Amino acid sequence: MLNGIPINFYIMLSAVLFIIGVIGVMARRNAIIIFMCIELMLNAVNLLLVAFSTLHNDASGQVFVFFIMAVAAAEVAVGLAILSMVYRNFKSIDIDLLSRLKN
Amino acid sequence: MKGLFIISGLGILAMLAEIFKFKKILYPLVLVGILAAYLVNFTEWNNNITIPMFSNMIRFDNVALAFSGVILITAFFWFILANDYFEQDHVTDHFALVLFALVGAIMLTSFSNMTTLFLGVEILSIPMYVLAASKKRDLASNEAGFKYLIMGSFASGFLLFGIALIYGATGSFDLMAIRSFISQAQGSLPVFFYAGVLMVLVAMLFKVSAAPFHFWAPDVYEGSPTVITALMSTIVKTAAFAAFMHLFLVVFGGVSEVWSNVLAVVIALSLIVSNITAATQQSVKRMLAYSSISHAAFMLMAILANNRGWASINAILYYSLAYSIGSILAFTVLYNVSKSRKSSGIEAFNGLGKRHPFLAACMVIAMLSLAGIPVTAGFFAKYFVFTVLIGTSFKWLLILAVITSAVGVYYYFKVIIAMYFKQDDSQEDVRMETSHALLLAVSSLITIALGLVPNFVIEIFS
Repeated sequence: MLNGIPINFYIMLSAVLFIIGVIGVMARRNAIIIFMCIELMLNAVNLLLVAFSTLHNDASGQVFVFFIMAVAAAEVAVGLAILSMVYRNFKSIDIDLLSRLKN
Repeated sequence: MKGLFIISGLGILAMLAEIFKFKKILYPLVLVGILAAYLVNFTEWNNNITIPMFSNMIRFDNVALAFSGVILITAFFWFILANDYFEQDHVTDHFALVLFALVGAIMLTSFSNMTTLFLGVEILSIPMYVLAASKKRDLASNEAGFKYLIMGSFASGFLLFGIALIYGATGSFDLMAIRSFISQAQGSLPVFFYAGVLMVLVAMLFKVSAAPFHFWAPDVYEGSPTVITALMSTIVKTAAFAAFMHLFLVVFGGVSEVWSNVLAVVIALSLIVSNITAATQQSVKRMLAYSSISHAAFMLMAILANNRGWASINAILYYSLAYSIGSILAFTVLYNVSKSRKSSGIEAFNGLGKRHPFLAACMVIAMLSLAGIPVTAGFFAKYFVFTVLIGTSFKWLLILAVITSAVGVYYYFKVIIAMYFKQDDSQEDVRMETSHALLLAVSSLITIALGLVPNFVIEIFS
């Protein structure tokens, strides 16, 4: 129980956020939206970690959140750099164009 | 431990080389540094003072040292293979990226906390995304980098959600604490703990590219520059397996009933899909990508045999060493052939046996080792995996593995047949540097020596 709310509610909320993110990555075709969906997945994890950290009265869960934030920022920086390079070559960020290697 | 510091220092040095203008001597400096890290690594053998470090974040026990040793020696060979990759512009950046990826790989062999697992995975992956896309004007390389990035961060999301759920159930990120929690709980763990273990499993299967999570691997392997593909299928694979082994043999060994059936299905799928698809490929580079999925399945078999203790760890260590050296050998030949003949298809190898007997002989040794034919290291690698698996309830996998290995022999021999029995249509001569010839000779010798005296590695832990 955190402030009168059972821990299961937090687990369900983050699971729903996470699943929205997963569906977004698989269904959307715009690369920027895909990045946003990956961020959504990571933020669902952050929410869950903070909730568990309060539940266990243990600070290490919250420290882990900082690691996730820093790494996610680095990942997005690299991702956007690759994306701008892709845009320069393909003149589009639709990921359907990126399937030449399949055949 | 000191090896990790040396490699990190080398990475920072590589970035400084641009400012202080010692780019010219950076390459020999890096080679010496990696060799030094390799030697220092072995001075810590059996030296219990070095474990654990940093409030129990990293633990350099003998298993970690052995796997870092495999990674460092492969890295040394890889730098010799990749010498002209470092002759284009932005040299220092490429050096720094590869060295930082190595830091991540060594962290993955030695983590003892979920935090260092996550950081190791990311430190290894983020430079690899950039390196895969490093041919800036090549569309295939762009595509490879982008796909690798999306699939890699997707898998990291699963890994993190799994870690969060495990943390929720056990209240700790420390691997030993989680392990003792599992053995004390005696089956009364909350349901979401099992969900967490399965999500970590899925994320790790993504990272080692086992079917059905392998779909990104062939595209990424084919699109990346050839030397970077060699890096991915040797060092990244070894590091991912060291992490996989640590997590599932040591930490989650107590709840093996949850994940072992899933893993068995994944192995069966990987064996069938990779070998059948590889047999239909016309490009040697893509064929090696599919073959790396099949080798991943073999290494997963040793993890599946989780009641065999040290024997499994020995088998994985031997397999990753044999596979890394065999791959370096195959990729060195492929790199030289495809550079001179402007193609990485099987037809580029036509008539190689007559015109370049040494190159062809090295490729034969590589193919025999990857196919698992006796006298080469690959045979004993498979043999040891089979001997650990035969003591478990998954004997049906052995039959499947033997059948699919026979398919494997077919596609590896396609290259050998092209080299010795196909006519050469007056193609370009293959020019090769002396350092590459030396690399080929040394790694062929290691492949054969490992096959003749396997006891040297296989009885390392007991």
